[in-house]
Amino acid sequence: MRVALLKRIFVYPYGLWLFIFIVAPLLIIVWFSFGGTDFTLYHYARFFSPLYEGQPFFQRIYIAVLMRSIYLAVISTVICFVLGYPLAYALAKFYSHKSFLLFLFLVPLWMNFLLRTYAWLTILEQNGVLNAFLGVFGLPATDLLFTDMAVVIGMVYNFLPFMVLPIYTVLRDMDKSIVEAAQDLGANKVQVFLKIVFPLSVPGVISGVTMVFMPGVTTFVISNLLGGGQFILVGNLIEQQFLRVGDWYFGSAMAVILMVLILFMMGLIKLFDRQPKDGRTDKTAEGGALY
Amino acid sequence: MEHFVDLIGITKTFGRELILDNINLYIDKNEFVTLLGPSGCGKTTTLRIIGGFEQPTSGELRMDGENMLSVPPHKRKVNTVFQKYALFPNMNVRDNIAFSLNLKKEKTAVIDKKIKNMLRLVNLDGYEKRTTTSLSGGQQQRVAIARALISEPKLLLLDEPLGALDLKLRLDMQLELKNIQKELGITFVYVTHDQGEALSMSDTIVVMNAGKILQIGKPKDIYDEPKNAFVAKFIGESNLTDGTMLSDFAVNFAGMDFECVDKGFEPNQAIDIVIRPEDIVITSPADGKLRGVVKNVTFKGVHYEMLVDAHGFLWKIHSTVLSPEGTEVGLTIAPDLIHVMKRDESSIA
Ligand SMILES: Nc1ncnc2c1ncn2[C@@H]1O[C@H](COP(=O)(O)OP(=O)(O)OP(=O)(O)O)[C@@H](O)[C@H]1O
Ligand SMILES: [Mg+2]
Repeated sequence: MRVALLKRIFVYPYGLWLFIFIVAPLLIIVWFSFGGTDFTLYHYARFFSPLYEGQPFFQRIYIAVLMRSIYLAVISTVICFVLGYPLAYALAKFYSHKSFLLFLFLVPLWMNFLLRTYAWLTILEQNGVLNAFLGVFGLPATDLLFTDMAVVIGMVYNFLPFMVLPIYTVLRDMDKSIVEAAQDLGANKVQVFLKIVFPLSVPGVISGVTMVFMPGVTTFVISNLLGGGQFILVGNLIEQQFLRVGDWYFGSAMAVILMVLILFMMGLIKLFDRQPKDGRTDKTAEGGALY
Repeated sequence: MEHFVDLIGITKTFGRELILDNINLYIDKNEFVTLLGPSGCGKTTTLRIIGGFEQPTSGELRMDGENMLSVPPHKRKVNTVFQKYALFPNMNVRDNIAFSLNLKKEKTAVIDKKIKNMLRLVNLDGYEKRTTTSLSGGQQQRVAIARALISEPKLLLLDEPLGALDLKLRLDMQLELKNIQKELGITFVYVTHDQGEALSMSDTIVVMNAGKILQIGKPKDIYDEPKNAFVAKFIGESNLTDGTMLSDFAVNFAGMDFECVDKGFEPNQAIDIVIRPEDIVITSPADGKLRGVVKNVTFKGVHYEMLVDAHGFLWKIHSTVLSPEGTEVGLTIAPDLIHVMKRDESSIA
């Protein structure tokens, strides 16, 4: 009894914290999105409405911005995965030096996010480090700054650790004897990876994808700095509505739409995790294990 | 004759610790070899070297006369039942067992048939679709056995494969494994803590302690003629005492002179004496060589275990005839049942 009571008491501050900082702001946003005291769906309708009669759906201005945000976030996530998985694998594999490698890898994270992104500004700009470097080899200068590419570079650079760390953790904690069992039964390195290591690391990949995609699709800082403001993402739109235009209703409606979309996509990704790994495995076999 | 597997002077150190110390062992085709020894003596390490998961610091490993040390684990025709099962958590029971066959691209129909047989063999009929995490320890262990057996390897390494089973199932599986081994003609290297299991299943027992092989022999030879006190203590129950060799065929222990069948010791050499509990005969006090009082009686199922206090030593005696506590008794021991062993200080744990 006493323990139960104690537990309850300790849960209260957490519940309160949860409410004040997560539930309440969400509720307020939702409330604003429906027009506050005067209930209306106008702000949602505005998001989907065409500029002129018969404008194709995906060319409508806000929809297009949303699609573009998703597109850039997906590209960044894919690049983060392609770069991050081997990196995580190497970190986990050469565990004897892991502390040092990991340290090297994490050092940039200690620097402020804005500063890190500003650093790329100086690398990518017309007279920047990159062009100076290319110049040394007599290569033509590039004009990357304020392009999609620059935004993607900024996202990949900033979010790569969030892809690497969860995958690294899963790989590091993987039971080595399972890998040995696969080798023992005749699997070569590639087969061990494809049949055992990768499937078992899927939860880490899902965390990584989530943690890169979500900030990627909502970012406005990176697109502000490296996209030069002309490359507007949905994050910028929301920011503008709140901080410049002052239309909290429309800003909230956009935030809610974005949130629903992200939830939906996360739900889709999570499905991968529950798929039986082998086509022949039927669903009933999972029995109670399906949660 | 060429041996099937040869371990020649295998030594293994981890850091500064000497884990295996000059292991020499050969294994013939179709032989059932058991490694027996206390925890940490290097049994698993020996198996891992044969399986290819550990490289010895020095020494040689040959299979069919070929050097194996440069061959990676997946190319060795050796399968292992791991001490911790190591089932694949991302696959169900069927796919775990089918793993090696799938790699060999066997036809699904063939695989299904083999799996059905295998599951029957390990008493898990109808478990194909179960997830490995939903199985009990003993069931997981049996899946691990099935998975290693299904591809009929030439050599099977089993690291305490029956450790998680209850007595009944364990005895059943002992019989099964022994039958499988004989029928399929697979060579087994088997690790166990359980000396009963070792004695009943093996063709050859290898007794190890602290990284060394103490004795290699047939179960009966090891039981009857343990090389030293450690082996005697580890295999079967025994009365262990110290004594002195008087001359050939004469030994002194418990303050008395006894006739024995051993020779070739120095006069007055200090030796160890081992006498099995079932080899001491209880007689009337007058007829006994030693005389004492029964201190404690335990019923063990088939026999009684009696502790008799005689000549400053508590003798453990097994007999189907009960001598109640407090009875005065005599004890006799036949000369050929007195085992005289050189004292080997290093082997006494
Ligand atoms: N990778 C390793 N690094 C350092 N020491 C190790 C390593 N593997 C095993 N050892 C040590 O080697 C010794 C023998 O280990 P091993 O696992 O072979 O024992 P075992 O005879 O199988 O014991 P058990 O019956 O408890 O399974 C132990 O002292 C163990 O601590
Ligand atoms: Mg072991």
